[in-house]
Amino acid sequence: MATTTDTLPGRPYGEVEGNYLTHERGLLSWLTTVDHKRIGVMYLACISGAFLLGGIFAMVIRWELFSPGPTVPGLNADRYNQIFTLHGAIMTFLVIIPGIPAALGNFVLPMMLGAKDVAFPRLNLASWYLWVTGAIFAVTSLVMSAADTGWTFYTPYSTTTQTAVIPMTIGAFILGFSSIFTGLNFIVTIHKMRPDGLTWFKLPLFLWGIYATAIIQIIATPVLGITLLLLIAERVLGVGIFDPTYGGDPVLFQHFFWFYSHPAVYIMILPAMGIISEMIPVFSRKHIFGYTAIAYSSIAIAMFSFIVWGHHMFAAMSPLANMVFSAVTFSVSIPSAVKVFNWTATMYKGSIRLATPMLYALSFLFLFTIGGLTGLYLATLGTDIHLHDTYFVVAHFHYVMVGSTMIAFIGGLHYWWPKIFGKMYSEKWGNVGCIVTFLGFNITFLPQFVLGMRGMPRRYYDYIPEFEALHRLSSIGAFIMGIGLFVTLFCLVYSLFKGKPAPDNPWGSASMEWQATSPPHYHNFTKPPKVGDPYDYTDLVWDPKSEGYYRKAEGQGAA
Amino acid sequence: MMGNFMATIFNLVFLADADRSAAPWMPVAGTEHAHHVDGVFTFINAICVFFFVLIMALCTYFVLKYRQKDPNDLPEPSPSHNTKLEIVWTAIPIVIVVIMFVYGFAAYMNAVVAPENAYQVKVTGRKWSWTFEYPNGYIDGNLHVPMGEDIKLLITSEDVIHSVYIPSFRIKRDAIPGRYTVLTFKADYASPEDGYNLFCAEYCGTEHSKMMAKVIVQEREDFDAWLAEASDYVNNLGPLKAGEKLYLERGCKSCHSLDGSAGTGPSFQNLYGNPHPLTDGTEATPDENFIRESILYPKAKVYSGYQPVMPTFKGSLTDPEIDALITFIKHQSDNSRAEAEKIQADFEASKPKEEEK
Repeated sequence: MATTTDTLPGRPYGEVEGNYLTHERGLLSWLTTVDHKRIGVMYLACISGAFLLGGIFAMVIRWELFSPGPTVPGLNADRYNQIFTLHGAIMTFLVIIPGIPAALGNFVLPMMLGAKDVAFPRLNLASWYLWVTGAIFAVTSLVMSAADTGWTFYTPYSTTTQTAVIPMTIGAFILGFSSIFTGLNFIVTIHKMRPDGLTWFKLPLFLWGIYATAIIQIIATPVLGITLLLLIAERVLGVGIFDPTYGGDPVLFQHFFWFYSHPAVYIMILPAMGIISEMIPVFSRKHIFGYTAIAYSSIAIAMFSFIVWGHHMFAAMSPLANMVFSAVTFSVSIPSAVKVFNWTATMYKGSIRLATPMLYALSFLFLFTIGGLTGLYLATLGTDIHLHDTYFVVAHFHYVMVGSTMIAFIGGLHYWWPKIFGKMYSEKWGNVGCIVTFLGFNITFLPQFVLGMRGMPRRYYDYIPEFEALHRLSSIGAFIMGIGLFVTLFCLVYSLFKGKPAPDNPWGSASMEWQATSPPHYHNFTKPPKVGDPYDYTDLVWDPKSEGYYRKAEGQGAA
Repeated sequence: MMGNFMATIFNLVFLADADRSAAPWMPVAGTEHAHHVDGVFTFINAICVFFFVLIMALCTYFVLKYRQKDPNDLPEPSPSHNTKLEIVWTAIPIVIVVIMFVYGFAAYMNAVVAPENAYQVKVTGRKWSWTFEYPNGYIDGNLHVPMGEDIKLLITSEDVIHSVYIPSFRIKRDAIPGRYTVLTFKADYASPEDGYNLFCAEYCGTEHSKMMAKVIVQEREDFDAWLAEASDYVNNLGPLKAGEKLYLERGCKSCHSLDGSAGTGPSFQNLYGNPHPLTDGTEATPDENFIRESILYPKAKVYSGYQPVMPTFKGSLTDPEIDALITFIKHQSDNSRAEAEKIQADFEASKPKEEEK
């Protein structure tokens, strides 16, 4: 039985009675668990591994591009093409798409609802195994002869190249199902497992983000699955669908592919926006501004995301189709802009604490604003025709996927880390990691905007000498960013061994997961959590002894 | 020292092509259309910079002004929503993006409406070279166009998707196998001496980054003179020099080096007359017939250690052109160099002297 003494400082690690990390031990107890918290941690470990692998490929790419001509010893054009394909495929399918929902979402979502687990715990474990299986297929293609198609698998290149395209597409197909299962699970959980009194408009905004994401996951992902099966059918059986030599249409593939993959961009960004909507109010100690607008804008983004895919193909379509897709593409910018204004307004007259998660949230605001605004140049037909398929696009989507999603993911990890592992990390090194990563990121990708404007096409192994200076700057930035990420990694891992025990509510958040102990009990809550406004901080009081917050009504250490 | 460095960077980034570029950072503008695009770009830039600076300034100000001093500080109560404000900051972006869309669409339409009586050049992409076919049937590796006239490029591909991209004209169009696409432009200014760059912008495999050509804009009479001279280049240059031109312009050099280094295909250095194993286990000694077959049916006999990725040139090279290429390849081998030089020398000797006419 847990008592309130759990909240006192100096509690040795794992001493919370029946905490989910220690109540069972051994590898098998992890591999067979149906506990959403453990599944979240397993996702976190695996996704981090994939991120490291994809990151190493990124470093090789930037090293190669440091100078024109062959630069990395032994890396010819074919190898380079395989490496940028693997970088893209691993980062999108294994890291960014599952990242926030599967790792942080799994851990936090049921607890934010005050629930014991997700609606279908076994399905949840199954989706983890699907992720692992998909990852094995993707990495197998590495040791065979890695695919060299780019992560977009454009036909007829992908149906005619000699490399192992099929293992990679099978991997992506399986990962799609992992994504569908997770999305389905979350939708049912949010609908069915809310306690009395927790109405839709009292949900934390992170859950609105995850909910909107889940809708896209279950509607769009099957289209990707079918498309990849058609691709395999064409390669293996010679059925003419996309390849013109069999009477197919190569542009049809692009329509199918982007019908999934454009919404997938919002699968990546919506949960990230949700995390920011949690962190900014907590660290401003002030109610989120415009709750309803943020909640509806998530749903609006999810809906609009299905009708804008054509903007990936302005160089291939008719002027009429281009006009329609350009016009609807602008619609996505409005809800995104509304969110940015709301976050900014939340800080107005707040009480802002610059802890590491808040630094990440501010980094996100900076980077997402750039990522979002540069989308306008690409939605506008006149300018997109010039910028399409250049480094401008590369820089734009890295600002959204890495600068926004990845930064929000790492920020969210710092935010929930004390809850997940019951340990505090070093604020100082957390700050250093964040700032170095932020600087490195901007030095990497700001020059790429200029490269794109000046006409540097993407996916080039070699380039003309006039682009050398900007490429060099970009490569130096990438190495700085790599250092920043390693600092962050060491800071977090070090805390597991040497970190101070975390109080139950170190940041003073009002959402329900912080009412559990740190780390949480196996059953999440030992007493029914209190339902309230997740952004009302008025009765949370700082306790200098435990360096955490407690609710005034309950009293500290009383009861 | 530091000032010098900063000035260099500034020049590089802002002023490199200030002479003919409306927007800083853009490559030199080769058409009026490019100026329109730069105008749209500058317009979007101004709006984006304004909003970015506004949001960042507010964030910075809030962080500095409302910084927490004590963890128990609770902020002054302030409203958690404001309908009027929220409607305003939704409406303003809507108005802005509508203007942006219309402005950008107008600039785009300038470039896609194909004018009547345009001069047509047929563009074909293949792994990994471009060819440009002029109305008289002549095929060149670079795009020459007359200045100030409407040009229509009729684009297609022989294998995978490529994309014609001319940064200085701010235009791009995919080359799709099995169908034609169209790109129109009017080059309003003479190009630099060595031409504008033309890149392949759609990833197409190994030598994607080498799939480049030049765009050369000339006055009409210079263009006509060039076309007349170039169309008869085998007769004008002789087999060896014509072969070299073909090697440089028709895609051979992306894969076949002249210095012995292995590329996607075998190097031409000492290729002719020297035996080499094939993928089917047999051995071949390249002679005229072998080279002719390799150009027309590249997958029939493949050197071991190489992939069968070369496209056929059947129908795109004429017989005299193939003969010229054979002479050029002969010239790369130590044991047949003299023979190739003799062929060229005999050609030079038989050619009527220009000045005598």
